[in-house]
Amino acid sequence: MADKDVMIDIFTRADLIMQSDIKFRKMIGAGQLQIVYYPVRGQEVVSAAMMAAVNQDDYLVTIYRGLHDQLAKGIPSKDLWAEFAGKMAGTCKGKGGPMHITHPETGVMVTTGIVGSGIPIANGLGLASQLEKDGKVTVCCFGDGASNIGAFHEGLNMAQVWKLPVIFLCQNNLYSEHTPMAFATSSETIKQRGDGLGMRSVRVNGNDASEMYAAAKEAVEYARAGNGPTLIEAMTFRFHGHLLGDTGHYIPEAEMEQALKDDPMPILRQQLLDMQISEADIAAIEAKNAATIEEAAQFALDAPYPPGDEYRIDVLDEEIAA
Amino acid sequence: MSDKEKSDAPAEIMFAQACNMAMAKAMADDPKVILMGEDIADDQGGGVFKVTAGLSAQYGTDRVRSTPISEQAIVGAAVGSALVGYRPVAEIMLMNFITVAMDQIVNHAAKLRFMSGGQTSVPLTIRTTTGAGTGLGGQHSDMLEAWLAHVPGLKVVAASNPADAYGLLYSSIMDDNPVIFIENTPTYFTKGPAPAPDHVVPLGKASVPREGSDISLITYSRGVGACHAVAEKLAGEGISCEVVDLRTIAPFDEETVLKSVAKTKAAVVVHEAVKNFGTGAEISSRIHEELFSELKGPVGRVGSGYAPVPFSPAIEKAWMFSEDDIEREIRKILG
Repeated sequence: MADKDVMIDIFTRADLIMQSDIKFRKMIGAGQLQIVYYPVRGQEVVSAAMMAAVNQDDYLVTIYRGLHDQLAKGIPSKDLWAEFAGKMAGTCKGKGGPMHITHPETGVMVTTGIVGSGIPIANGLGLASQLEKDGKVTVCCFGDGASNIGAFHEGLNMAQVWKLPVIFLCQNNLYSEHTPMAFATSSETIKQRGDGLGMRSVRVNGNDASEMYAAAKEAVEYARAGNGPTLIEAMTFRFHGHLLGDTGHYIPEAEMEQALKDDPMPILRQQLLDMQISEADIAAIEAKNAATIEEAAQFALDAPYPPGDEYRIDVLDEEIAA
Repeated sequence: MSDKEKSDAPAEIMFAQACNMAMAKAMADDPKVILMGEDIADDQGGGVFKVTAGLSAQYGTDRVRSTPISEQAIVGAAVGSALVGYRPVAEIMLMNFITVAMDQIVNHAAKLRFMSGGQTSVPLTIRTTTGAGTGLGGQHSDMLEAWLAHVPGLKVVAASNPADAYGLLYSSIMDDNPVIFIENTPTYFTKGPAPAPDHVVPLGKASVPREGSDISLITYSRGVGACHAVAEKLAGEGISCEVVDLRTIAPFDEETVLKSVAKTKAAVVVHEAVKNFGTGAEISSRIHEELFSELKGPVGRVGSGYAPVPFSPAIEKAWMFSEDDIEREIRKILG
């Protein structure tokens, strides 16, 4: 078991993710927000444990199902919520939206809406760190489906050849959109693909905070020491459809039942109690997260939209004429 | 530079040499300039056309790195390093191979500044070469500049002579936007006047290498040479052609183009790329929108045929834009 402080840190991040996901789904369901939303419930612990193992100035590249990664990496909730709502006060002035979050202050450099595309870019961040000798690592998140796109193979090969300080975190939730892994993926595991590319590759229960944290920490130390990349295949599950509105009818009932029984959040909470962290202390963390989210959600609703002319700015480094 | 060095400097250099010199200068001026591409380091031959020859010897293989044959990974690594302060120059060996990297170019390099609300930028240059007429057939010769010019957030540059290549490539590397720099394979080894070492050509500025009064020939890259030849021929008949070399295709220098056509009141847009949906359509349309009532006749367009680049020299010649095509178009307009 990871030590007490680490477990509390992971829980604090994971609970913020869980509560944020619940709140987003509630507000979208109530018509308060009109956005396409990719739920993250079920995958909280993978991100929370990974990001607890890196520093704020380490880089992150993630994908459109990225809320958990972005919150775990430390983007302030208000900035993130405002961006999700398309507001000027958002991380990207409302020009990126949920699928394209960037927040360099917390190392979140790219969120891509194109499956697998973050992998080659993560290499570039890693290359910069290698040339700068700044000791930073880059975490690159993607799903199991991304291992079937060419960029995965090109990117992992290059990272290994150049020994780049990148941690490729495959959050294997067993479904690429609506398709079960076995239907469209020739190998039994994603780890095997990393092995085939000569990369240090591990497969862990991503829903177990201690196991996930240990794998993350090891990969980070390995990269910082200049040994090169690691592929972590973190096994997890997605409790909702590909995007909000998708009922997930293609997931067999028994599989979903088992996954819900293995929900990482109550397990993590119990682990904290077992470590003699008091119910009151845990409740205080949850209450603080709830308050943060309430404030962020209200801020996002109240904040003004960007002016229409904003589209002419940031296309090139000079403003585009009207 | 000492006087002795000055006198040793060649009066003429080749296009490929000019590109090499521009990269060498950029690397000397800014330690953040790095090069990556297939076979570009000296151990792998200094590039298939030797454009990067000697640079890894001078600046080391950390900064001049040969890559796997992985266009997505090359451009992706360039995008990522550009996001955090580097000025990468990625070589895509031939322009047709850029298709493999289009996701990185179109969805990422071009859009990350905008989608991040200006928090990040991608000061990346992609050098690539292409051009028909050397019997390489359908997958090694295409001019694809119109695809790229259509993407907001990208600059597209194509030089027509060694001195411009030097000045434009340097500007491209130092530009804070992603730039696609298109070199022309068939004229790589053609010589032209050597530029001064501090010669810089700003992006977005066309040149008028030949002034005239009867018609404007608006072109870039290899089209410039063809237009000069036609202009020279027609001068003998008393037809005075002005040649406008765009140099930067996107965003193009509307001011210089419109000024030229406002003077001559006639124009032909000339490019090697397939005519249909080519850049000539946009340029011609902008001229019509601004100057329609003043024109002697509709703006003409010259480009290559609606077919993949053919292999056999006999078909390739028939397919490709030519000086005859330009001349015919001029005569049609001037009656």
